[in-house]
Amino acid sequence: MVGQMMTPSQGMIVAAAVAVLALAAPWFAYPVFLMTALCFALFACAFNLLLGYAGLMSFGHAMFFGMAGYFYGHVVKAWDMPPELGLLAGVGGAALLGLVTGALAIRRQGIYFAMITLAFAQMVYFFCIQAPFTHGEDGLQGIVRKPLLGGLIPTKDDRVLYYVVLAIFLFGYGAIYRFIHSPFGQVLKAIRDNEQRALSLGYEADRYKLLAFVLSAALAGLAGATKAMVLQFATLTDVSAAMSGEVVLMALVGGLGTIIGPVIGAFIIITMQNYLAATGEFVLVIQGVIFVVIVMAFRKGVVGEFSEWWKARRSGPRERPAAAD
Amino acid sequence: MFELIGIPPQALFGQLLLGLINGAFYAMLSLGLAVIFGMLNVINFTHGAQYMMGAFAAWLMLGILDVPFWASLVLAPILVGLFGVVLERVMLKRIYHLDHLYGFLLTFGLALVIEGLFQWKWGSSGAPYPNPIPGGYNLGFMFMPTYRGFVVLAALVICLATWYGIERTKLGAYLRAATENPTLVRAFGINVPRLITLTYGLGVGLAALAGVLAAPIQQVSALMGTNLVLVVFAVVVIGGMGSIMGSIVTGFGLGLIEGLTKVFYPPASNTVIFVVMALVLLIKPAGLFGQTK
Repeated sequence: MVGQMMTPSQGMIVAAAVAVLALAAPWFAYPVFLMTALCFALFACAFNLLLGYAGLMSFGHAMFFGMAGYFYGHVVKAWDMPPELGLLAGVGGAALLGLVTGALAIRRQGIYFAMITLAFAQMVYFFCIQAPFTHGEDGLQGIVRKPLLGGLIPTKDDRVLYYVVLAIFLFGYGAIYRFIHSPFGQVLKAIRDNEQRALSLGYEADRYKLLAFVLSAALAGLAGATKAMVLQFATLTDVSAAMSGEVVLMALVGGLGTIIGPVIGAFIIITMQNYLAATGEFVLVIQGVIFVVIVMAFRKGVVGEFSEWWKARRSGPRERPAAAD
Repeated sequence: MFELIGIPPQALFGQLLLGLINGAFYAMLSLGLAVIFGMLNVINFTHGAQYMMGAFAAWLMLGILDVPFWASLVLAPILVGLFGVVLERVMLKRIYHLDHLYGFLLTFGLALVIEGLFQWKWGSSGAPYPNPIPGGYNLGFMFMPTYRGFVVLAALVICLATWYGIERTKLGAYLRAATENPTLVRAFGINVPRLITLTYGLGVGLAALAGVLAAPIQQVSALMGTNLVLVVFAVVVIGGMGSIMGSIVTGFGLGLIEGLTKVFYPPASNTVIFVVMALVLLIKPAGLFGQTK
């Protein structure tokens, strides 16, 4: 992790610089782009909580992300309720969906787990095509932005909303940080590294795995509901298998199992999509190429490779050859 | 004509035939996945793309070189299988020592690249492939298009031949032995890496063969395998990848269940296989034909 490689004062400088950058960003970059990127960053962090710390690779996380968007839209538009309740519905609905699919998926391990989550996500996708409240291929459009906290925070202004989204992101990120550094997170890591040992020590591995799955689903739901709030629509794209693949790619590019990696990965992928949007199919081709290149050559991702390079640099030239492989 | 609980027999048998055809494709594809997984420990996400490549190979050969369907049935799987061999030699073989997850991610990325390139070159709308055996038979209770009947029979023959090849021949015995203990098999002087390459080529060839058979029924399009491979994953989870015969039975069975759902409750026909998967996970988590672990 980045924090451990630096002295405390260096860490403070970096943290301060990031904070200033995050606060000033909407005056330099398009706020809607930043908000979308933050939503995906939270989504990728939620995915990474499961893979990096519980060792469970879900290939169906889009079902939580996309469904939460629909829940948000339905509560806010069709039921005409305040957006806070919409966000709550998104998080709660995703958590419930996570509880059901997770309880079934953890019955198998390894690669089967990925296939089962993928299959469930596909089932949710087919459901969304047919269900009336999602409006099928058209998507749920025109979810008007309403002021938050009973009118205290106007959200029509993109820059104001940006700070709301930043706060939501920091809340989610902070929650993940707490999970990982709590006794619960330690048990999760123990299960990831050696499930039999954790079982023999008296930890009920399945319950911990299920809890991690539900938490990850809920946070993915928070990201999806927030995205629907920002962009004012929810579509089939967000529940599709391609979206499940995209979030894996974000975490992979940034670095699996690093806490900051998925954030960086999400920003890289969203920026890339933004620039390549006009090329159509080539976005997918390039994403595929990135998958292949990373799996073949840079399995640690941006953050992992960088921290390795940094360590090698600091530990002096004599040990440098060791870092080459 | 008689009626069955309010369903006209034409509709019932028509959907059952359709289910049988879908089942034939599920069986052929899950068979290939199982064979590849057994040997390579890789879940081949590119399977859907390779199925699509088979259909495209037949379509292109017909359009450019005027190669008839029956020749494509042999040539297309060989071509796509060779492509698979190259893929295995250049990429897959470098990641066997890693977690299964990386094979999954690598083949997922490859599927994106292949499907994206085909979509870019030929669009996603799809092209028709002429039916090689038009016409059909009136069986009294339903009309049977000849080609569709042929597909079901051909798929059965292909599946049983694969089963025979793996379970009853000497090469198959080597293969199964190498799956169990590659080091020991190498000590006997058998070239295991080459066996692995051949297995991947065979699995990919099977997918391509399914693609050629599908070409006259479905539109030939870049994304024809994208959703199919996801359903096949569910089929594989239901059947378990331990047994060849299990894959075949599960594939055909699920196709029939899907067909029946289309008759009795059409809205659920897309999701019924996933519901079955959930039930199987509840009752027999290792899969119907899978060994524990």
